[in-house]
Amino acid sequence: MSVLAAVFNLSHPAHTVDWSFVHLSVANVVVIGLMLIVFVLAILLPFPGATARSAARRSRDAS
Amino acid sequence: MSVAPATPPKSWTVKVREKGVEALPPEKLLPDGQPTYVASWIYVFGVASIASLIVIIGSGSILALKGPAWWHYTGVGHFFNSIHLWSVELFFFAMVVHLWGKYWMAAWRGGRGRVWVTGAVTFLVAVPCALTGYVSQQNFDAQWISTQAKDAMNSVGVGAFFNLTNFGQMYSYHILLLPIAIVLLVSLHVLLVRRNGVVPPFELDEKLSAIRAASPAADVSAHASGGAQS
Repeated sequence: MSVLAAVFNLSHPAHTVDWSFVHLSVANVVVIGLMLIVFVLAILLPFPGATARSAARRSRDAS
Repeated sequence: MSVAPATPPKSWTVKVREKGVEALPPEKLLPDGQPTYVASWIYVFGVASIASLIVIIGSGSILALKGPAWWHYTGVGHFFNSIHLWSVELFFFAMVVHLWGKYWMAAWRGGRGRVWVTGAVTFLVAVPCALTGYVSQQNFDAQWISTQAKDAMNSVGVGAFFNLTNFGQMYSYHILLLPIAIVLLVSLHVLLVRRNGVVPPFELDEKLSAIRAASPAADVSAHASGGAQS
């Protein structure tokens, strides 16, 4: 734990992002950013086996 | 003159069973497969939320059994405290991505309004469940959050009902009332998904609508013709 404490110094007020009335901690901004990235990747990345399932369906439909 | 034998009145258990089987026949409740369009990462986050919820309830039950001194002052207690926290983080992460996905799919299409509403209400109930967890920690963090949140409750006029500085009330909400509400809502949500089927992509929905318009008698429910079970 002492090694981690040396890397992540938490003994300070939270860093924040301020934009007009929007007041967010950097930690929350990072999480929101990660959610957006995961959302986009979930749409773009192919699902394992999806191509094979589609091909199987097409062959069933054709027969 | 013979009289036809009168059918005995149905008991309430028979009525409930018949209604239940009619609403959710076994092949819909526990299907062999899902339509091929479900083979996409965007459909994974609903079940990821449920998996997180199971870990939350398991770790939370252990924390409730052992108590604050255990989760603050022992190594194993710290471990389960962290499991509980991070499973909550994952729960919200997965639930938000699931919610975004379903919003942009307009997942209330095809008579799925109640599916959407139960999901959205689950999210709204999960927020105070998490808040009451933060104020139940029994440390300075909990003190700070409860005194800050107390002002928020008072400012919206519900401070007479929820006293954030009352540990007993907050703990009861956190480990009993709100988790029961969430489990019931999630169960209802999943049963409604089973009943209505997973919402199809827009293009498939348009094709189905065209088929229905061409032959109104045809049975082309989205779930059945999504086709092509995987």
